[in-house]
Amino acid sequence: MTDLSHTFAAAADKPLLQVKNLTKRYGARIGCADISFDVYPGEVVGIVGESGSGKSTLLSCLAGHLRPDQGEVIFETAQGARDTVLMGEAERRRLARTDWAYVHQNPRDGLRMGVSAGGNVGERLMAIGARHYGGIRDKAIDWLGRVEIDAGRVDDRPSAFSGGMQQRLQIARNLVTAPRLVFMDEPTGGLDVSVQARLLDLLRGLVREMGLSAIIVTHDLAVVRLLADRLMVMKGGHVVEAGLTDQVLDDPQHEYTQLLVSSVLQV
Amino acid sequence: MIEIENLCKSFTLHNQNAAVIPVMAGANLAVGRGECVGLIGASGAGKSTLMRMVWGNYLAASGTIRVGSLDVVTASPRQIIALRRETLGYVSQFLRVVPRVPTLDVVAEPLLNLGVPAGTARARAAELLARLNIPQRLWDLSPTTFSGGEQQRVNIARGFAHPFPALLLDEPTASLDAANREVVLTLILEAKARGAAILGIFHDEGARDRVCDRLIDVRAFTPKAAA
Repeated sequence: MTDLSHTFAAAADKPLLQVKNLTKRYGARIGCADISFDVYPGEVVGIVGESGSGKSTLLSCLAGHLRPDQGEVIFETAQGARDTVLMGEAERRRLARTDWAYVHQNPRDGLRMGVSAGGNVGERLMAIGARHYGGIRDKAIDWLGRVEIDAGRVDDRPSAFSGGMQQRLQIARNLVTAPRLVFMDEPTGGLDVSVQARLLDLLRGLVREMGLSAIIVTHDLAVVRLLADRLMVMKGGHVVEAGLTDQVLDDPQHEYTQLLVSSVLQV
Repeated sequence: MIEIENLCKSFTLHNQNAAVIPVMAGANLAVGRGECVGLIGASGAGKSTLMRMVWGNYLAASGTIRVGSLDVVTASPRQIIALRRETLGYVSQFLRVVPRVPTLDVVAEPLLNLGVPAGTARARAAELLARLNIPQRLWDLSPTTFSGGEQQRVNIARGFAHPFPALLLDEPTASLDAANREVVLTLILEAKARGAAILGIFHDEGARDRVCDRLIDVRAFTPKAAA
């Protein structure tokens, strides 16, 4: 762990991900257009906007689930910077199960529902070459503990879990291989608020301790305020405003951001 | 340590007839190491606006705000994040934290973010919480359920956990009893003694007289209505 954090500190002035002029169209309609930004190690970038603003399209293009029409997504791999758009499918898949992780909005999309909780976590370890069954099981139980799932549930299937537990299991499955970049699509959407808080705390700790970088799509401004270092606001497929999270929320410059911020109901 | 030159600010309210509200023009001030400068002026005169521009959550229209060697007005978000982690501390009036996180960790967080080992960071947090009279039985609980005065003291402990070279204090003694007020004033005087540059808003005149070396009336920076 200590060795790792040194590596992160040394690399911290070099972007982990560089996105350049990314555009995705659905026929004549714009999915997202001309998106450019950098993500640095240990940084959390939030993307907010109304539904249909292109935030999920953008995230899918970044993670290689959708092929962008133009633009570059350059990731700093162990072997140097590579444009992942031009990568072969096999290589991109390897990236997706090692350095990257993707947390789906619906945990059913990110879990194997017919496999035990421990199996869901262990599977990702086996995908990167772990073969010692006892070691895999121990690590799976350790991660279930970190996301506050009782070790006694390790052999249960996710279909027997509540929605919040499924989401936490999905996060454990994704983070067990110590990825460097996590894509999250509404990770706290649909969870009750006490579970949300638990997840936020977990994510913040992982960012700090593992030097994790994350790109989080959400429409929850309270979540991004507590979690994201930087924020991008999307509307109609374009980024209309970007900056330091509390600056964008406290002193929004764009008309749409002002509307968005002033529309939040106060509790 | 903090140098502000010719700072201007206006708000444009796009959704309210695109009203443009100038709130500050030609603000100049400097806070040296070991110095505490108090901002005064009626409510709405722009004290908090000025503090927020220094903190970087309000964008300045023009001018410069130098904190150490960084100009906050033109700095990138990453530079401001680094500034807040290492150089500039802020004690706001409100505690904004992830729910469910124990008070001890909330206070230790600024140190953990700097890579201080958890044991050392928590020991420092415990020391500050004890000084600020937060009962030890509360340290493992989240401060979100605490009383106003307790939350403010947790916020102060958090702000003073790391010895920031520059500090912004927004009414740090506002809702405190006499004993705790005294502790906070001592913390401020200690920070000054170690060389911190402090910019603060103090409505408590007694506190202001005790800790401030100079006062600056922000009404001098209020834009004159166009004739």
